[in-house]
Amino acid sequence: MGAESRLPLQPGEAEGVASANVLDVANIEVIYNHVILVLKGVSLSVPEGAIVALLGANGAGKSTTLKAISNLLLAERGEVTKGKIHCRGERVDGLTPNDLVRRGVIQVMEGRHCFGHLTVEENLLTGAFIHGRRRQQIADDLEKVYHYFPRLKVRRASQAGYTSGGEQQMTAIGRALMSRPNTILLDEPSMGLAPQLVEEIFEIVKNLNEREKVSFLLAEQNTNVALRYAHRGYILESGRVVLDGDAADLRENEDVKEFYLGIGGEGRRSFRDVKHYRRRKRWL
Amino acid sequence: MGFFLEVLIGGLLAGVLYSLVALGFVLIFKASGVFNFAQGAMVLTAGLALVRALDVFEQWHWPFGLALLSAFAFAAVIMAIIAWMVERLVLRKLVNQEDIILFMATIGITFFLEGLAQTLFGADVYPLNVGLPKDPIFLLESLFDGGILVNELDIWAAVAAGLLVAGLALFFQRTRIGRALRAVADDHAAAQSVGIPLNQIWFIVWLVAGLVALVAGAVWGSKLGVQFSLSLLALKALPVLILGGFTSVPGAIIGGLIIGAGEKLAEVFLGPSMGGGIEIWFAYVVALLFLLFRPQGLFGERIIERV
Repeated sequence: MGAESRLPLQPGEAEGVASANVLDVANIEVIYNHVILVLKGVSLSVPEGAIVALLGANGAGKSTTLKAISNLLLAERGEVTKGKIHCRGERVDGLTPNDLVRRGVIQVMEGRHCFGHLTVEENLLTGAFIHGRRRQQIADDLEKVYHYFPRLKVRRASQAGYTSGGEQQMTAIGRALMSRPNTILLDEPSMGLAPQLVEEIFEIVKNLNEREKVSFLLAEQNTNVALRYAHRGYILESGRVVLDGDAADLRENEDVKEFYLGIGGEGRRSFRDVKHYRRRKRWL
Repeated sequence: MGFFLEVLIGGLLAGVLYSLVALGFVLIFKASGVFNFAQGAMVLTAGLALVRALDVFEQWHWPFGLALLSAFAFAAVIMAIIAWMVERLVLRKLVNQEDIILFMATIGITFFLEGLAQTLFGADVYPLNVGLPKDPIFLLESLFDGGILVNELDIWAAVAAGLLVAGLALFFQRTRIGRALRAVADDHAAAQSVGIPLNQIWFIVWLVAGLVALVAGAVWGSKLGVQFSLSLLALKALPVLILGGFTSVPGAIIGGLIIGAGEKLAEVFLGPSMGGGIEIWFAYVVALLFLLFRPQGLFGERIIERV
């Protein structure tokens, strides 16, 4: 299966594509509906075995970046018009989502998107679609998912539409695991969840990263949590990467503190001043 | 009482045939959100392919069983080619367009198929004999005076429909592809994200709808002869769908039975007082009432939403 195979660099491929990276995104531009320019040259890379956080406000382009990689963009009439995306040195822009899942890159969409009328277990099994009829392997993987998410085992026969938000998020991640991915593109796992659950989900992400060697590229608005669990971070603003670095450095960065963590600065200021300050320091 | 039952059973058995056509609609609507106006034309195409192939094989003096099987296989291949072409040439090009555009496309497919089928296989009325007995039989003679008159063909049709529905239910509930089809019906984007290829799914679902059309064509054809009016069955399936709900397989079955039985009962018992001819419009009036009071139909999808 494509999941394990590492294709050699094609002759003429862009140089500087480090083989240690599972994903290399180079300067991509994305246009929706032929007119709306959403990403204006985003570059990032996900090293093998890393958790990389993609941070930014609403509409900054986090989800679009993930969808550009998994190529779910096409279904929303979006298009990568410039730039290149490599997966382990192989050019993957223009492939279908199915091709990417076969290469071990799978997206967990924002808002969970469970199959509401299927049971939790059926939801998980759909994740093994690309593995065809290998019953033993699928049964083993199912047990593994239940090991990481014991709560899903209890709820296995419930219709996914009637489970809680946290259980749906677990179902969505578990479903992705069933495809035996090496990279998961995780979009807003914290959305609409209680802080305690957010923490639980991120603990599982960390576990999967350490034990199953799954790399993560996760888009998050919850900068605080994301930077605690990630190794690296990229900050997007209006479709551009404005800052990137090790998660520890980003946590200490004054601007990140000010804009995203809300803890920086010199005491209280009036809202008007904040807005003014923010406008002046905008990275553009 | 005997007479009432006789009308009721006759109506139910006719309703089975409506169900078969409605079933094809439901399958495609669930999996792709497309209202497939071409289902009637597919019934016509399948029926014509079947009857003409059977004629040819019989002329070659093949034994009847072999000729019949080969004719079914031939018609199934034709339906597979149609499904493949629809996916390749129409759906793939129109992906993510508005529903109304896809609907218009299926109207286009309807006319194309009607023309193509009649060009290839001829435009006459062809009597079809698939070996089902056509004799009327009497049931429950001990209970009622004279028993209940039932057409044996109708009973076989009902058995065929029952088997088909049971087979489909198994396919949807127990197989990997069936599960993928239900996943696609629930959430296209999520299905794509886990690596289910939509193009393949659309081909499969149009193929299944084509095979359902083949069964419908075979049954209607043996009853009335294969002719152009089979294509108009699509219009009869519409009230069935409104009654049963566009997204429900059991709804299509029960809706068909209700329409079939209601139609006949209304004709026989209300007809005389209203000057007759009720059968033709009864189904549509029922559908209209449903649209007013229960637009999702009897079994329309309960919407599960949770944020």
